[in-house]
Amino acid sequence: MSEMRYEAPTTASAAVSLLAAAQVPAKLLAGGTDLLIQMRSGHQQLALLVDLKGIAEMNTVVAENGGFRIGAAMGCMALVENESFTKAWPGVTDAVKLIGSIQIKGRASVGGNVCNASPAADSVPALIAAGAIASVLGPAGRREVAVEDIAAGPGKNTLAQGEIVTSFMLPKRAPRSGDAYLRFTPRTEMDIAVVGVGINLTLDDKGVCSAARVGLGAVAERALLVPAAAAALIGSKVDEPALANLAAAVSAACRPIDDKRGTKAFRTKVAGVLARRAALIALTRAQGEN
Amino acid sequence: MAKQHVITTINGNATEFLCETRQTMLDVLRDELHMTGTKEGCGSGDCGACSVTVDGRLVCSCLMLGVEAQGKSINTIEGMAEGGTLHVLQRKFLEHAALQCGICTPGFLIAARALLEVNPDPTEEEARYWLAGNLCRCTGYQKIIEAVLDAAREMRGA
Repeated sequence: MSEMRYEAPTTASAAVSLLAAAQVPAKLLAGGTDLLIQMRSGHQQLALLVDLKGIAEMNTVVAENGGFRIGAAMGCMALVENESFTKAWPGVTDAVKLIGSIQIKGRASVGGNVCNASPAADSVPALIAAGAIASVLGPAGRREVAVEDIAAGPGKNTLAQGEIVTSFMLPKRAPRSGDAYLRFTPRTEMDIAVVGVGINLTLDDKGVCSAARVGLGAVAERALLVPAAAAALIGSKVDEPALANLAAAVSAACRPIDDKRGTKAFRTKVAGVLARRAALIALTRAQGEN
Repeated sequence: MAKQHVITTINGNATEFLCETRQTMLDVLRDELHMTGTKEGCGSGDCGACSVTVDGRLVCSCLMLGVEAQGKSINTIEGMAEGGTLHVLQRKFLEHAALQCGICTPGFLIAARALLEVNPDPTEEEARYWLAGNLCRCTGYQKIIEAVLDAAREMRGA
């Protein structure tokens, strides 16, 4: 096996330079919980590994403009231990907590969960619902990309050579906002989503839904933003007719595969059911945020 | 390329080692440092047998590279007993017969200690969820959970 160079830069721009200049197969290392398995199985014949964990801005969560900026390489456990973050974004928190075991979450990062582009990644529908914006640094400078536009398909993302997602910006919460994430798995823990639904909504002072976003996972080649599902909630009191419309819109957006974990028909049906339940949880959380 | 020189702290002791960049921390512990208390089960982060803490954070050492240990503080099962005195968790695992073949035991002990550091009074459900990343193919978990909860009681002085 050929030798592999290991670099641990302390700035994101240095990491971009290393990656952009690489004439050899190179990868970024954050938590490594996917990458080390790929290396071990021989699927990654890497000549350069760029460790992102020494880059301060990528390994912390900070308040910014009333919202939160999550470092893309920070471990999931560190994120869900931040109480001001978990209070503001309980749905994103629930999603991140579902990523693997305590050991896996000790290392695995949200940036890895997004950029590895598994259609079933738990944090992604919740981040899409939250309206998270990825900050991407590359050889040509910095650009912002909505989280729903990072994944292209299973294991493929839209980042160009040398580009790194450094952080995710979650916007300031409006009053009376709540989010929720639910997934279906055959087991209660340590499993991969068969369907995942993230919902984020805001109520006006009369209890009418004034804004909503719906993210849908594991039922297409990548996690989806579903504007038609959000439209079913906006203008309603998140009552039974609105929930029925939500479920129908979510099911209509599904284009799943059949596999041993769930059939197309099952996934399509369950997506609507989970959307209803997640909307009610988000509603309760929004009502509690007066 | 020469081997990488890594300076780290293991169980409170300043430690240096040489490793290939591809070697996992688990390989370094077992093959370079001859600390074989940490076990390899699956090698893919599913079974938790290789659990260690890195700067206090519970991780699978099979999913970490040895070079990543630079400047970190790592705790392994070898640092759990104090001399000849077993840690409460170790003693409770024996009292409750919470092991048979023993391959999973170091990982369970390290993971359980990490649990009790953040939650000294876990419910059974909390303990089961926390330990969901540790697999045992002998005991069926019941005795392990009983041992952990009993250790927690004793450590709280209850």
